[in-house]
Amino acid sequence: MSKHDDKLFRLVTAIVAASVLLVVVGIAATLIQGSWLSLRQFGFSFWRTRTWDPVAGQFGALPFIWGTLYSSLLALLLSTPVALGIAVFLAELSPRLLRQPLIFLTELLAAIPSIVYGLWGIFVLVPVVRSLEAATPEWLRRVPLFSGPPLGVGMLAAALILAVMITPFSAAVAREILRAVPTSQREAAYALGATRWEAIRLALYYGRTGIIGAVMLGLGRALGETIAVTMVIGNNPQVSASLFAPQYTMAAVIANEFTEAADDLYLHALVEIGLVLFLITIVVNALSRLLLWRVADKPVAVAPSAAAPVAAAA
Amino acid sequence: MSRDVETPADPGIRIRTEVRASEAPRAAASTAITLQGVNFSYGPNQVLHDVSLDVDEKRVTAFIGPSGCGKSTLLRCLNRMNDLIESARLAGSVRVKGQDIYAPGTDVIAVRRRIGMVFQKSNPFPKSIFDNVVYGLRISGVHDRPTLEAAVEKSLTLAALWDEVKDRLHQSALSLSGGQQQRLCIARAIAVEPEILLMDEPCSALDPIATLKIEELIYSLKERYTIVIVTHNLQQAARVSDKTAFFWLGRLVEYGPTVDLFTNPKEKLTEDYITGRFG
Repeated sequence: MSKHDDKLFRLVTAIVAASVLLVVVGIAATLIQGSWLSLRQFGFSFWRTRTWDPVAGQFGALPFIWGTLYSSLLALLLSTPVALGIAVFLAELSPRLLRQPLIFLTELLAAIPSIVYGLWGIFVLVPVVRSLEAATPEWLRRVPLFSGPPLGVGMLAAALILAVMITPFSAAVAREILRAVPTSQREAAYALGATRWEAIRLALYYGRTGIIGAVMLGLGRALGETIAVTMVIGNNPQVSASLFAPQYTMAAVIANEFTEAADDLYLHALVEIGLVLFLITIVVNALSRLLLWRVADKPVAVAPSAAAPVAAAA
Repeated sequence: MSRDVETPADPGIRIRTEVRASEAPRAAASTAITLQGVNFSYGPNQVLHDVSLDVDEKRVTAFIGPSGCGKSTLLRCLNRMNDLIESARLAGSVRVKGQDIYAPGTDVIAVRRRIGMVFQKSNPFPKSIFDNVVYGLRISGVHDRPTLEAAVEKSLTLAALWDEVKDRLHQSALSLSGGQQQRLCIARAIAVEPEILLMDEPCSALDPIATLKIEELIYSLKERYTIVIVTHNLQQAARVSDKTAFFWLGRLVEYGPTVDLFTNPKEKLTEDYITGRFG
């Protein structure tokens, strides 16, 4: 009887596990099928063409790929120090009375729907960014990073809003990692005459694989974030290094133009952008996994969230 | 003078189950640590009651007693490790070579550099053997490569680990066995040249062979360091220590030369404990 149950249990779990694989393969197949016309017409040039002209039937994904990667990496750059700071404060320094309310607030920040972030972006963040851009001195504007008219909407606003959105996730995971570092490690450092800062640095080092995982979790979210970015990035398909320039992301163009894609090629080009986004998230996650393996070649670390970025991006 | 059961001329052969006293005359020891009326509590729980004792310099002092008797807590008072616990309160005085280490304005970091500590479970950092040993030196600002290399060789030699690891100093410390890791932790503690070495049940997670090595190490280290060791293992206390303090329910019951305490205890409680009637 129990032996029979065991077999059944194994079968059921095996089917459930296989279904994950099936879903991934299914998504890939559907995306390929849905973008077939575009794949056949443009081939690999789709990845490196800058033109996005639905009227002329010319489609290239480069501005969107650029916009997604650029905004996500900028957001990561902005959010990582802040997230680590929050994590360190909550795990190591905060007075006990302050800790719980702060944890609650960061979790609340993570629970706000992205459309609300988008509205806040339009009404608060964009005007602030616009006045900052307007106040940029002339000599600084000659630097490509800060060139262009002060519109408010654009790459800077998108990166800022993404940073705000991913910080609570990275901070929460990093805090858990720090909490998982054994007390004996900190004690060893203190007993050798370490200051608090040195002991914290050691704890960060001990949990480094998990910390990288926390950061990658944020990157996974940033790559796929759609509506808030769409509302503040300016939706202009161009490849520009300027933070002030209105740009576009893959997720944003799909969301914006899907309903108006009247002819088949247009629709297929949009689906192909979805395919590209799918592939890029897979590659980014594979790279972060490689990075984790490289860092964690010693049998040490606390790496609870190594699998998390994959889940978040899929 | 001492009830020595070994031949000091041959340190290789030691009778390890018998009580062994120091070869040096006991009177020659000066005082390294003085505890006076130490009361200690975690929040509302008082853990130590009015403990006063003197720890001899360059001798091994053992703290023994049943679990929860406060011996580890007392050990942690000696390098202010208890500061890390928010609700911890200490009254009384702890003087190290005359300096009250709990006096207001004391530099805790300097105190901890003078007083090294080895923990119950070996806790090497997930770094190379080399980087483990020099951690304390690096954080005190020593970065000169030859100095660090010399310190590594010296500390590992003192910790009786050098021959086993000299060809793989840059491998992870976590590749070492449990006993080697504990000796590495001892090397790491002595690399900063402390005056005093505190050991909190350093062998409790080790097998008998590794334990034997650590005990021999303790025996050889007392020429240079004042050692205070907390142990659950009475035979260990008898083997390695010159003086033993017996604690019970947070009070110091008896303190004296190890030989006397084990062969001729003054207190009934001590006798019951060392003969295994409780604890």
